[in-house]
Amino acid sequence: MSNTRLQTIKKADETLFIPFIMAGDPTPEFTVELALLLEEVGANILELGVPYSDPLADGPVIQRAALRALEHGMSLKKAIELVSQMRNRGLTIPVIIFTYYNPVLQLGEENVLGLMKEHDIDGILIPDLPYEESRLFAKRCDDESRPLISLVAPTSNQRIEQIATSANGFLYCVSSLGVTGVRNNFDENIYEFLQEVKKHSKAPVAVGFGISSSEQIKQLKPYCDGIIVGSALVKMIESKNTEILNNETRRKVLLDIKTFVQSLIS
Amino acid sequence: MKYQFPDENGRFGEFGGKFVPETLMYALNELQEAFKEAMSDEVFKKEYIEQLKLYSGRPTALTYAENVTHHFQGAKIYLKREDLNHTGAHKINNAIGQALLAKRMGKKKIIAETGAGQHGVAAATVAAKFGLQCKIFMGEKDIERQRLNVFRMELLGAEVIPVSSGSRTLKDATNEAIRYWVTNVTDTFYLIGSVVGPHPYPQIVRDFQRVIGDEAKQQFLSLKGELPNEIIACVGGGSNAMGMFYPFIEDKVNLTGVEAAGRGVDTNLHAATLTKGTKGVIHGSLTYLLQTEDGQIIEPHSISAGLDYPGVGPEHAHLKDIGRVSYESVTDDEAIEALQLLSRLEGIIPAIESAHALAQAFKKATSLSPDQSILVCLSGRGDKDVHTLMNTIGGVANE
Repeated sequence: MSNTRLQTIKKADETLFIPFIMAGDPTPEFTVELALLLEEVGANILELGVPYSDPLADGPVIQRAALRALEHGMSLKKAIELVSQMRNRGLTIPVIIFTYYNPVLQLGEENVLGLMKEHDIDGILIPDLPYEESRLFAKRCDDESRPLISLVAPTSNQRIEQIATSANGFLYCVSSLGVTGVRNNFDENIYEFLQEVKKHSKAPVAVGFGISSSEQIKQLKPYCDGIIVGSALVKMIESKNTEILNNETRRKVLLDIKTFVQSLIS
Repeated sequence: MKYQFPDENGRFGEFGGKFVPETLMYALNELQEAFKEAMSDEVFKKEYIEQLKLYSGRPTALTYAENVTHHFQGAKIYLKREDLNHTGAHKINNAIGQALLAKRMGKKKIIAETGAGQHGVAAATVAAKFGLQCKIFMGEKDIERQRLNVFRMELLGAEVIPVSSGSRTLKDATNEAIRYWVTNVTDTFYLIGSVVGPHPYPQIVRDFQRVIGDEAKQQFLSLKGELPNEIIACVGGGSNAMGMFYPFIEDKVNLTGVEAAGRGVDTNLHAATLTKGTKGVIHGSLTYLLQTEDGQIIEPHSISAGLDYPGVGPEHAHLKDIGRVSYESVTDDEAIEALQLLSRLEGIIPAIESAHALAQAFKKATSLSPDQSILVCLSGRGDKDVHTLMNTIGGVANE
């Protein structure tokens, strides 16, 4: 059966909200609850991060989240399996696995795709697997209609057209130079950059890296099809770690996150 | 030359490549072009060679280790004296080359990672010489271990940035340098210190280090009229070994790389990447590395900070797989013993890194005959290690 969740996701006049969370931060159980909550408050796609010991594209917030998750024994395979639990408990939105390449290589590309099918995952994003190194795997992913999500950056220049025209699922636009993390300013040419990307992409164009306020989202909305929020959410989870690990206070944290996300995207 | 690596995709066989965030791809392609163009420009090459000669003091000597040879009564042992370079190690060869390349590309800021501080000092040195702003990323743990080198870098006008992420050593300093580069890629040149990282770095560093092997070959031929039977060099990332081996790849000479076995390759405390590692991606390159089954990178161990790296240059991975170079490993204790022997018999205190190559040469010498010869790359001097040595050897003496 062909997987079409991502293909039908983009409705006219709606900006996709794509939250990123780290699988297993601080526990796998909490990640499942959080995923369900995010769908409830309006997430259109879930980006599920896989912790890695050496995350080159990530700033301190996601680095620390990865360490917490690794301490709880999280791995690529376990993160993928976690999605079945989310599905069993009613998650319907597309899920994208966000992982560095080395864990994929160790499990084997073929096996990863097999597991994605088995656990109903809609796509995969590998920040350190650029266009040139990903052709074969991208084709395999497309054949299974579980696309490899491509990234473009403000420094992509002449590469934009090549990357954007072959993008599937959605296209991840990096808002500014640097690693993930909350920041005040985007690249000064961001709007020209987004227009250039949109010109070439048939897939929805989503912007990520450093988006943490509703003002920023309002500014970006007219120029893109989706907004990715990662570090801002992960930072909040980090600040409430103790409460999350305590059964009595966990519900309250989920409510706080709900309020935060609602204020962000309203 | 029949041996033509890397290929147009930056691969040495299956190894190498460019496994980096998209943000860096344009800069890597730009660097690749600039390097290719520079290396075909006689003016650039002439300046590089002149700086090696007049600033670093090349060619470095080829020394016959006569007393050591008599001691083992085996093959004759020769030393390529990279320790005689300015700043005390082979690292300066590459630093000069890349600094000139940075200048040519119009970049005024350089960054570098360092473990023991040798590459950091070399980078800070060339930054001072060529008028570049310089930031050095160094793990907090290494900063504690190598206070003297930190001060040297600061004296040279560089800013040392402590890295507190991960295990706070070379691996993390490299991560942090790459992260900084992603952020400042438009005006900053990343001066990588070994034959690691994404393409074209393994090639750039090899080509700026091959002067070691080119010189050694010429010196050996004019001294002996033939090539050595075996060449031995230590391998962490593998830049001195690659520079030494590359000009001999198509010759009938045994090539041996020596990794750090730390407390022993059967313990968890070693840095023997090629001996014990598996294929994976680290710092932008597909190579052998120390990792868990899940693909998380494992922290290595070696008494020598310069070999204390969980990956290895992709070209070494290739040379291992095609069987052209054999890779052995030497423990902390064996290296220290070799270091002491060379100090006492030849009056040369080698770096602990280089002592790994020496220990392997000493083992091998006894199995060869006196009319055969071994050439060892003495990659650096041991002054930087005196503090570590006082703790280690002093400890043994006190027991």
